[in-house]
Amino acid sequence: MSRKRVVSCTINGSEQQFLCEPRQTLLSALRDTLDMTGTKEGCSNGNCGACTVVLDGRPVVSCLVLAVECDGSRVETIEGVAEPEKLAPVQNAFLENAALQCGICTPGFIMQTQALLKDNPNPTEEEIRFFLAGNLCRCTGYDKIVKAVQQTAETAGACKPGCCGGH
Amino acid sequence: MHDFEYECPRTLADAVAILAKGDSRPLAGGTDLIDHMRTGRFRPALVVDVKKIPELGLLESNDKGLRIGAAVSCFRLQSSATVRDQYSAIADAVSIIGSVQVQSRASMGGNLCTSGPAADSAPALLALSAQCVIAGPKGNRTVPLEQFFTGPGKNVLQAGEILVEITCPAPAPKSGSNYRRFIPRNEMDIAVVGVGVSVTLDASGQTITAARIGLGAVGPTPILATEAAKKLIGKPATDENYKAAGEAARAQTSPIDDMRGTVEFRRHVTGVLVERSLREAVARARGESKYHSHVRIPCC
Repeated sequence: MSRKRVVSCTINGSEQQFLCEPRQTLLSALRDTLDMTGTKEGCSNGNCGACTVVLDGRPVVSCLVLAVECDGSRVETIEGVAEPEKLAPVQNAFLENAALQCGICTPGFIMQTQALLKDNPNPTEEEIRFFLAGNLCRCTGYDKIVKAVQQTAETAGACKPGCCGGH
Repeated sequence: MHDFEYECPRTLADAVAILAKGDSRPLAGGTDLIDHMRTGRFRPALVVDVKKIPELGLLESNDKGLRIGAAVSCFRLQSSATVRDQYSAIADAVSIIGSVQVQSRASMGGNLCTSGPAADSAPALLALSAQCVIAGPKGNRTVPLEQFFTGPGKNVLQAGEILVEITCPAPAPKSGSNYRRFIPRNEMDIAVVGVGVSVTLDASGQTITAARIGLGAVGPTPILATEAAKKLIGKPATDENYKAAGEAARAQTSPIDDMRGTVEFRRHVTGVLVERSLREAVARARGESKYHSHVRIPCC
């Protein structure tokens, strides 16, 4: 058996250290080692996006990342989205639009939506659908999810001057 | 997933020394490798993370051309204004490989080394005259991309060798390129046919002076369609000549029937995509069109 490695990284703003086997994915480390089960396992092969987290500022599927690669990285997961006792706007929008049913895909959609709106605060419907194409939902049919993303963008307000080339 | 050791060398020399020990696989974005290990297709005793090696993370351009470190992510390539404006077939390809999440991690070097016949970056890079810079125990060598692939999932890399970077010569003035593929969906699919083209026009913008055409998913390896390109060189940039090039490209394919398409369909689509891709590349060469992304590139 390969020796376990120590991984030091920042998860949702707090410094963490954990032990992992080289073969453990980031998804497995989050769920099985750190007991952060908000990130969901869907397909385990990078197709469904249920396990989406933000790694060093970019959305990734955590089933296709080795935990050992994350030494020195910043990881953001669904657990870091809400404030204590207060949901984030994106979470409220998903609730208000009934943009979830079984809920397995929802953490991934929320993380991917956050990543979208960070770079593109006023996306078109086409841009939303393309950006979320790597997240699969077998319940909603997507329209409600797209509406929730649109509502999140509207709630957050218009683009700040100069923030994205005047789009 | 099977048990394996992990190393993360900081220098190219260390990586070559580690890989030379055998039974190992380099790890860049991991979007192919980790899945292949999960399914048991690959069971290396050692995984060598190459992302901390400076040469593999390099992305730079000058008047000689473009240098792309083999571990540079699709996202970084899309974010480069130089890639989007001057090597736009690359931008076309890397913005449709997998999902946004996959593009955050997947590298073009990995896409080439996996050597799938349908790899989206291959036809684009063939069109742009890409060269592969390879390091190994016996030193460095450079292989033109059209000689890199040897079969489905196979390439010229020998034990202990590693793809370091991909280089493309700077395009001449009035050049344009494009990659496009046919898939039955809008996104998140594997090419049924992929076509990359690059063209250079004369000063008037009417005559094609140079052209290269790369084809994907229509043979055991990506194909450089030299006979098809010959139909264009020295000819006016007209639909008639694009059609002749498309017809010649069909003759250079050797596709298979599979769940994504039949031989007949793939041959037909090859010609159609060559025509469309040429039209777009010529429009780009004339400055009438440019790379368009469905995903906004972050700039703040």
